[in-house]
Amino acid sequence: MAADIFYFLVFPGLLFAGITGGLLSWFDRKISARVQFRKGPPVLQPFYDFFKLLLVKETILPKHGSPVAFLLAPVFSVFGATMAAVFILLPLFQITTGFRGDILVIFYLLTIPSFSYIFGSLASGNPLAAVGGSREMKLILSYELTFLLFIAGIIMKCGQQFDLYSIIQTQQAGTPFIGSVSGVLLFVVGIFCIQGKLALVPFDMPEAETEITEGIFIEYSGAAYALIKLTKYIMFFALPSLLVALLMSGFRLDGINILWSILKVLGIVLLITLIRNTNPRIKIRQAVKFFLVWMNLLAVIAIILIEFGY
Amino acid sequence: MYSDIIIIKIVGFKSYCFKKSLWVFHFGGASCNNCDIEILDCLTPRHDLERFGILLVGSIRHADVLLVNGSINNHDKERLIELYKQAPKPILVVAIGACGCTGGIFAESLTFAGPVDKVIPVDAYIPGCPPKPEAIIAGIVKLAQKA
Repeated sequence: MAADIFYFLVFPGLLFAGITGGLLSWFDRKISARVQFRKGPPVLQPFYDFFKLLLVKETILPKHGSPVAFLLAPVFSVFGATMAAVFILLPLFQITTGFRGDILVIFYLLTIPSFSYIFGSLASGNPLAAVGGSREMKLILSYELTFLLFIAGIIMKCGQQFDLYSIIQTQQAGTPFIGSVSGVLLFVVGIFCIQGKLALVPFDMPEAETEITEGIFIEYSGAAYALIKLTKYIMFFALPSLLVALLMSGFRLDGINILWSILKVLGIVLLITLIRNTNPRIKIRQAVKFFLVWMNLLAVIAIILIEFGY
Repeated sequence: MYSDIIIIKIVGFKSYCFKKSLWVFHFGGASCNNCDIEILDCLTPRHDLERFGILLVGSIRHADVLLVNGSINNHDKERLIELYKQAPKPILVVAIGACGCTGGIFAESLTFAGPVDKVIPVDAYIPGCPPKPEAIIAGIVKLAQKA
């Protein structure tokens, strides 16, 4: 019991994932700045933002809406992101939980932040937030099937094993899954699913800063917005490390391999950031078509290739 | 005594975080667009205010600084007061340009409703028609030191 609380609050959970995710978020902003020939913010910038929102600013509650649901949504989102991060990071740091089937739990936990954003945005009573909420709903409907096919492909590839620890061990004993044709196809599908889940630029229509002025987060201020920022930091660490675990043989914690583990996560974050900096925002209709037709097609092709052993 | 030191440290930490991460909301009154362009110049690669943690945000709920430029006429006055009420406190207000600070050439105009400080309390004035981006950065830095 004490170990579980430690897992949740300190080591792979809230504190560790929050700090690492904050640093990755700085990396993302710095790379964006370099792409645009700017200098970029200092290393601790995400933490200044978080503590300013948490400690200094006032939290304003909506007058026409449900204040309780409005305030509970960020708490739920932090909870879901932290639980997902714990389930993803424990096997990555070679701590067995003995839980056979955690990849399905991770799949459900990763949707909790998106659902609570919708919940909070609809509770705020703001019309622009409602537009953002409905767009987020459509986005979830489009990428969730693709993400499920992606996970199904991984499970077939490692011989019907449903826990992350065996998937990582299978890859570390043999070759990483990305070293095959189907693995590369699954990697492309996975990167775009992450882009949709993080709501980064080709798929950022729920928050669309220039169009509906932050959309789902428009009414959030102060401590509630700080919790949303924390969720974003944690998800920014959890999702790239999930991709590392599923396709790139996870982390190894001995000698020079620690450096390789860090570089794998940084490489995926770099790829996400470059995609986000070189693409425009697409319409929600285009996003639905992109996932439901093209990405699903790619995932099905990958699954057929796995069936024939490529 | 120790608790006093801790309280001072916490207050110092809070104001340090605040001045390191000023998010800016831009309100253009009846402006001729010159000040708007100079404000945008501050955020683009040449002057890059994100170095100091300054971001342009789209919603007043996320803002720490309210930049006001242009002459404030009777229509803008209601909207400016409404925005000021919607902003989470503490909020700093900066009046930019001759029109924002004093009224400029519109001071005698029929529809003019007073410079910004007659409508809402102002923390910093950056005069000029339009002020150079360097002047705006100098003003924001002085504001951050004061805050």
